[in-house]
Amino acid sequence: MASELSLSRQRQRAAFWFLAPMLAALFCVAAWPLIRTIWFSLTDTTLSDLYGGEWIGFDNYLSLRVLESGRWVWRGTLVDPAWWNAVWNTVRFAFVSVFFETILGLIVALVLNAEFKGRGFVRAAILIPWAIPTIVSAKMWAWMLNDQFGIINDILLGLGLIDQKIAWTASTDTAMTAVLIVDIWKTTPFMALLILAGLQMVPRDIYEAARLDGVNPVKVFFKITLPLIRPALAVAIIFRMLDALRIFDLVYVLTPNSAATKTMSVISRENMIDFDKFAYGAAQSTLLFAIIAVFVSLYIWLGKVDLSGEGQR
Amino acid sequence: MMMLTGRALRTAATAAMLAGLGAPVMADELFYVSGAVGNAVENFKELVKPWEEATGHTVTLVPMPASTTDQFGQYRLWLAAGAADIDLYQTDVIWAPQLADHFVDLTEVAKDLAPTHFPSIIESQTVNGKLVALPIFTDAPALYYRTDLLEKYGKTPPKTWAELAETAKFIQDAERAEGQADLWGFVWQGNAYEGLTCNALEWVKSFGGGQIVEPDGTISVNNENAAAALEMAKSWVGTISPDGVLAYQEEEARGVWQTGNAVFMRNWPYAYGLGNGDDSAVKGKFGVTTLPVGKEGDTSAATLGGWNVAVSKYSTKQDAAISLALYLAGPEAQKQRAINESNLPTIISLYDDPDIAAAQPIIPQWKDVFLNAVPRPSAPTLGKYNEVSAKFWSAVHNTLSGNGSAAENLELLELELSDIKGSGW
Repeated sequence: MASELSLSRQRQRAAFWFLAPMLAALFCVAAWPLIRTIWFSLTDTTLSDLYGGEWIGFDNYLSLRVLESGRWVWRGTLVDPAWWNAVWNTVRFAFVSVFFETILGLIVALVLNAEFKGRGFVRAAILIPWAIPTIVSAKMWAWMLNDQFGIINDILLGLGLIDQKIAWTASTDTAMTAVLIVDIWKTTPFMALLILAGLQMVPRDIYEAARLDGVNPVKVFFKITLPLIRPALAVAIIFRMLDALRIFDLVYVLTPNSAATKTMSVISRENMIDFDKFAYGAAQSTLLFAIIAVFVSLYIWLGKVDLSGEGQR
Repeated sequence: MMMLTGRALRTAATAAMLAGLGAPVMADELFYVSGAVGNAVENFKELVKPWEEATGHTVTLVPMPASTTDQFGQYRLWLAAGAADIDLYQTDVIWAPQLADHFVDLTEVAKDLAPTHFPSIIESQTVNGKLVALPIFTDAPALYYRTDLLEKYGKTPPKTWAELAETAKFIQDAERAEGQADLWGFVWQGNAYEGLTCNALEWVKSFGGGQIVEPDGTISVNNENAAAALEMAKSWVGTISPDGVLAYQEEEARGVWQTGNAVFMRNWPYAYGLGNGDDSAVKGKFGVTTLPVGKEGDTSAATLGGWNVAVSKYSTKQDAAISLALYLAGPEAQKQRAINESNLPTIISLYDDPDIAAAQPIIPQWKDVFLNAVPRPSAPTLGKYNEVSAKFWSAVHNTLSGNGSAAENLELLELELSDIKGSGW
C-alpha cells in the first residue's frame, strides 16, 4: 500500500518536472504580459515613458470629475462611446462570422468525408485560404474589392447584378460585410478541417445500420452525425470564437479607421500607439481579455462542453 | 510583426555587408526608413549613390506603408522600444513635437545648412530650441486638371469650388454620354486617415472656417462656414466623385487619375512627375493650378505637408547617419529629388535653378503656394495632435458618408476636442 502511494507520488513529481518547462514558458509569454497589461491599465503610463507611469487606480476605466462650473462628468473607457461601438462591432462580427463558418465548414466537411476520387487533392486545396497569411489575403481582397479597379465589381457588373460600382470598403453600409466575406472565406477551411476530424471518428457501422433500417438521410444527420460530432464541433466553435473576438489584422488592413468596423483590438492599439494613451489602451486590452473570458466560460458552462477529453468514451 | 521585420532587417544587413566587401574599412551600413509613395523607392538608390561613393558607407531603404498614420504607429513603437535597427527616419512635418525626445539634436551640425532653407520650415522642425529633423522636401497640394477635356468643352480651370463641381459634372456627363463610363469629375483623398484632415482643412479654411484649432489654442472648428464647406464636399460624393473616394488615399486617387479616368484631382506635387511618365495615360494632357476658393475674393488654402529626415538617438552609427541626413537635406540631393520626383525643395535658391524649372515647371510656380500654405494644428496641440486629427477626420468622414449632418458632427467634434484639451493642450 505504502509503496503504491509513493509510486503515484513519484509519477506526479516526474510529471511536474516534465511540465515545468512548459509552465515556465507559458508564464513568460502569457501570464507575465497579462499581469503587466493589467498593471499598466491602473497607471498613467505613456509610450514615450514606459517605466515612469504612476498608480492612478481605476481612473482609466471610470472616474468622476467635477468641472470648474460644478458640472459632474464621468470619464474613462466604460463611458467611452467609441469603446462600446468597438465592443458591439466585435461581438456582431464574432457571432455572424462564426455562425456562417460553422454552417459552411460543416457542409464542406460532409462533402470531404464522402468517398470520391481525388479526395486527398481536394482536401489539400481547400486549405489554401487558411494557409495564406492574413495580411497577404486581406491586401489581396482589398484590391479585389477596390471600387474602380476591383475584379468583384467587374464581375458583378458583367453579370448585371449591380448597375453601379460598389465602394465595398469605403461605405459604412458594406464595410462590415466586406470584412465578414473575407473572414468567412479565410476561416471556413479551418472549421471544415476540425469538423472533418470529428466526422472521421464516427463509426461507419452506425450508418450501415441506419441504412438497413431505412432511416432517411436528413434524420441520419440530425440524429446520428450531429450528436456524435458535437464535442468536436463545440471545441472548434470555441477556437473560432476566441479568434474572432480578438480580430485585428483583417480589419486593420481592409478598413482601418472606419468606425463601422473598428474592433476592440483595433481601438486599443489606436489608443496605445497612435494617441499615446498607453494606459488607456491597456485598460481596453484588459477589458477585452475579461470579455473573452466571460464569453468562453458562459459557452462552456451553457453547452456543458467537455474540454478535458475524459467524459465520453 | 516586430520579429518578422527584425529578421528582414538582418537579412538586408547581411546582403548589405556582402555588397560592401571591398569598400574602405569602418564602412557603416545604415538603415533608412520611409513611406513608399510613387517611385520613391526606386529613386532612393540613385539618390544616395554619390554619398555612398564619397563616404564608403552604404544605406538600405526600409519601405513602409504609404499611409502616414500607419508609419507613425510603427515608428513610435520602434522608438519607444529604443530600437537600434533603424538609423534614420523620414518624418512628416507634423511629427516633430511628438517624437522630439527620440531624435538627435541637429542644430550644431546643420548650422551652415539650415539657414539656406526656408526659415518657417526649419522652425516647424525645431522643438524647444532643438532641431529635431532636417527638411528634405516640402509639399503643398495642387488641383490637377485635364487640359484636353477642358479645351474640348471650352471650360477654364475653376476658381471656386462651385465652379469646379459644375465643370466636373458637365464634362463627366458629356463624356459618359460618349461612352466613357468610368470617367469621374473629381478625385481626392477621403479615407479616414491623416490625408482627410489635410483635404478637409483646405475646404474649411478656404470657406473662411478657420483651421480647426487656432495657433493660440482655441477650438474654432464648430462654425457655419466649416459646416458649409463639409456639406459641399458631401455633395460631391456619388455625383462627381465615386462613392469609393471615401476609401481613397493619395495612390488610389492617382490610380484613377493616371489611367485617364478623372477630370480633376487634388494631390501633392509628386503626382506631377509621375503623371508625365511614359506609362501614364494623361502624359502631356494635364495642368496644375491652386486649389479653388469658397467664394470670389477668398484666398486659396493648401495644407502644408513635407518630409524631413531625423537621426535616431538609439542609432549606434550616429556619425554616418548625421552625414547622410546632411546630404539628403543638402542642395545636391534636393535638386535630384526635385527633378526626378517633382518634390518641392526646401532650399530657397533651388527655386531659381534652371535645370529644375526645365524638368518640372510646376516647381518654380509652386513657391508662393507653399509659402502661403496652412499648417495643420500640430504646433498648438502638441502631443495631442494625432488624437485631434483623428477626431477631426472621423467627424468629416461621418459627414461625408451620411452619418449625421455637418453641423451636428462639428458640434460633437467641438465637445470631443474640448474633452481632449482639458485644461490646456
